Amino acid sequence: MSPQQDDAILDVKDLKMYFPVTRGILRRKVADVKAVDGVTFTLKRGETLGLVGESGCGKTTTGRCVLRLYQPTAGQILFEGEDISSLSESKMRHIRSNMALIFQDPYSSLDPRQSAGSIVGEPLKIHNWVGSQSEYKDRVEQLFRLVSLDPSMIDRFPHEFSGGQRQRIGVARALACEPSLIICDEPISALDVSIQAQIINLLEELQEGIKGLTYLFIAHDLSVVRHISDRVAVMYLGRIVEITKSRTLYENPLHPYTKALLSAVPIADPFVEEKRERIILKGEVPTPLNPPSGCSFHPRCFMAVPECSQVIPPLRNVGDGHQVACIRV
Amino acid sequence: MVEKHTSDIGFSEAPVRVSEWRRFRRVFFERKLVTFGLGVLVLLVIAAFFAPLLAPYDPYELGDAGESLLQPSGEHLMGTDILGRDTLSRLIYGARTALMVGFISVTVAGIIGIPLGIIAGYFGGVLNMVIMRAMDALMCFPMLLLALFLAAVLKEYFSGIWVVIIALSVAIIPGYARVTHGLTLSIKENDYIMAQRAMGSSNSRVMFRHILPNAFPPLIVLVTMQLGALILAEAGLSFLGIGIDPPGAAWGAMVWDGYRYLANNPVLWLAPGIAIALVVFAFNIVGDGLRDALDPRLRGLL
Repeated sequence: MSPQQDDAILDVKDLKMYFPVTRGILRRKVADVKAVDGVTFTLKRGETLGLVGESGCGKTTTGRCVLRLYQPTAGQILFEGEDISSLSESKMRHIRSNMALIFQDPYSSLDPRQSAGSIVGEPLKIHNWVGSQSEYKDRVEQLFRLVSLDPSMIDRFPHEFSGGQRQRIGVARALACEPSLIICDEPISALDVSIQAQIINLLEELQEGIKGLTYLFIAHDLSVVRHISDRVAVMYLGRIVEITKSRTLYENPLHPYTKALLSAVPIADPFVEEKRERIILKGEVPTPLNPPSGCSFHPRCFMAVPECSQVIPPLRNVGDGHQVACIRV
Repeated sequence: MVEKHTSDIGFSEAPVRVSEWRRFRRVFFERKLVTFGLGVLVLLVIAAFFAPLLAPYDPYELGDAGESLLQPSGEHLMGTDILGRDTLSRLIYGARTALMVGFISVTVAGIIGIPLGIIAGYFGGVLNMVIMRAMDALMCFPMLLLALFLAAVLKEYFSGIWVVIIALSVAIIPGYARVTHGLTLSIKENDYIMAQRAMGSSNSRVMFRHILPNAFPPLIVLVTMQLGALILAEAGLSFLGIGIDPPGAAWGAMVWDGYRYLANNPVLWLAPGIAIALVVFAFNIVGDGLRDALDPRLRGLL
């Protein structure tokens, strides 16, 4: 699954998303939660970028900013060359047919009062994608088959499906208008392990079948991300700390945080597992309300030097597209 | 409920269909009292619809001199009132008034109150402040007092039954808005609403195609309970002499007319009084049954 074309479909530049914390009856702003604080990355057409990090590090917020479900505080989002970061909602509507979102929870992401067919077909109606009723029906059936669901289940309601089937309905809905970019927001975290593989394989097959389909794959399961991604970005406290080809990341992680993360992945071989050296991080993830000075990872870092608390390390190139944000590397 | 997970790749089948309707019926009819309440309501609707066929006499026809204040007999099952009108016939026609006031007020209030609640909850901010504070202001007044005041003002412009309907509708709008507002706030946090935004749905589509249907079950319960309250309020208003113009038959007015003959002719006030109590009770108990039957927490248990 190497990128077929090298042009960028998505170019995120210095994206910032601060959520204000208000207090009192006058809703006075007292602080900002810096959920995303200066994220920059590029997504090439047809590739899969994995976005990993702990809970609360801003992965999901980044994904939602890209879809303009949140209005970013600052930064640029270039989607197919156009800056969408400050487009009005009515202008945004036309672009939305070209980007889609797959949710983590297959239970709350489907309207319980809507039949499976109308869930999948709704984007078609919103964007007037089909001309006639029969065309609409054909397209919905085609989408059902695309995600290996029996088209005879079109009239059934979400509660009649299992978790994995519901997630496929979600995938079919995302594919409805043939988008070029799909944000997968932890699409498998809520599923049984046996079902996870199905959905992952489905996503991979779809990418092989549909030319130029690009994924931003948000997850916290490193082995899954390794399996599906061409490149991986590691986030910590609202910033990307390392971004490189998926293979390089797993073989040669440079950032201490990435090293710690990877050392936490269990190995299936019990003998190797026994000898595995783990890097145990001290303490908790600091609050994004009041991130540490300098490198936000320094209080927990095993490689930290005093200088780390003074400078915010920029993301710099260390060769072959491998970028890392650490002054000690 | 045991969910079957299919691990095979390829077409997978949905679990066996469990009919929601069947489950609903089972829970709903489980309580004898609910079945009884439903029976009362069915009788009420039949009485209202077929009043001309069921009533033995014309409810407006005045009797001759000797026919006033007759005790119940084979000829007049519930006797006659001071003007010689047949009490049973007036009771049956009274069901019409009660139902008409109830249903029209509930519908009018729903058409105004539900969208207000959804809009306030969905958009939030200033719009929410303005709408909900206005509703709170209306809510400050007891329902009957507000209706009384409105009815007194509206009497200038509207006639008879419409005064009552408009007054009661306005009085219950805040109830709808409040409940819908709360439901909207919780429903809009679901991922499927965010999915709508992500696919570019218009606001009205999200509000009325997705939030409204999901808010429906609690609203049905609210409507049922309010029907009872409205019939009681209408009876109260007509007891106080506001609203239904004589000689129109209304239960509240019948109680007022009858209570002057408290001891001598108890049927005159007892019959409409019991009718009011029974119908209000029936609406409440059916509303209660609906709430149990529509409760998703009981899903799969029964």
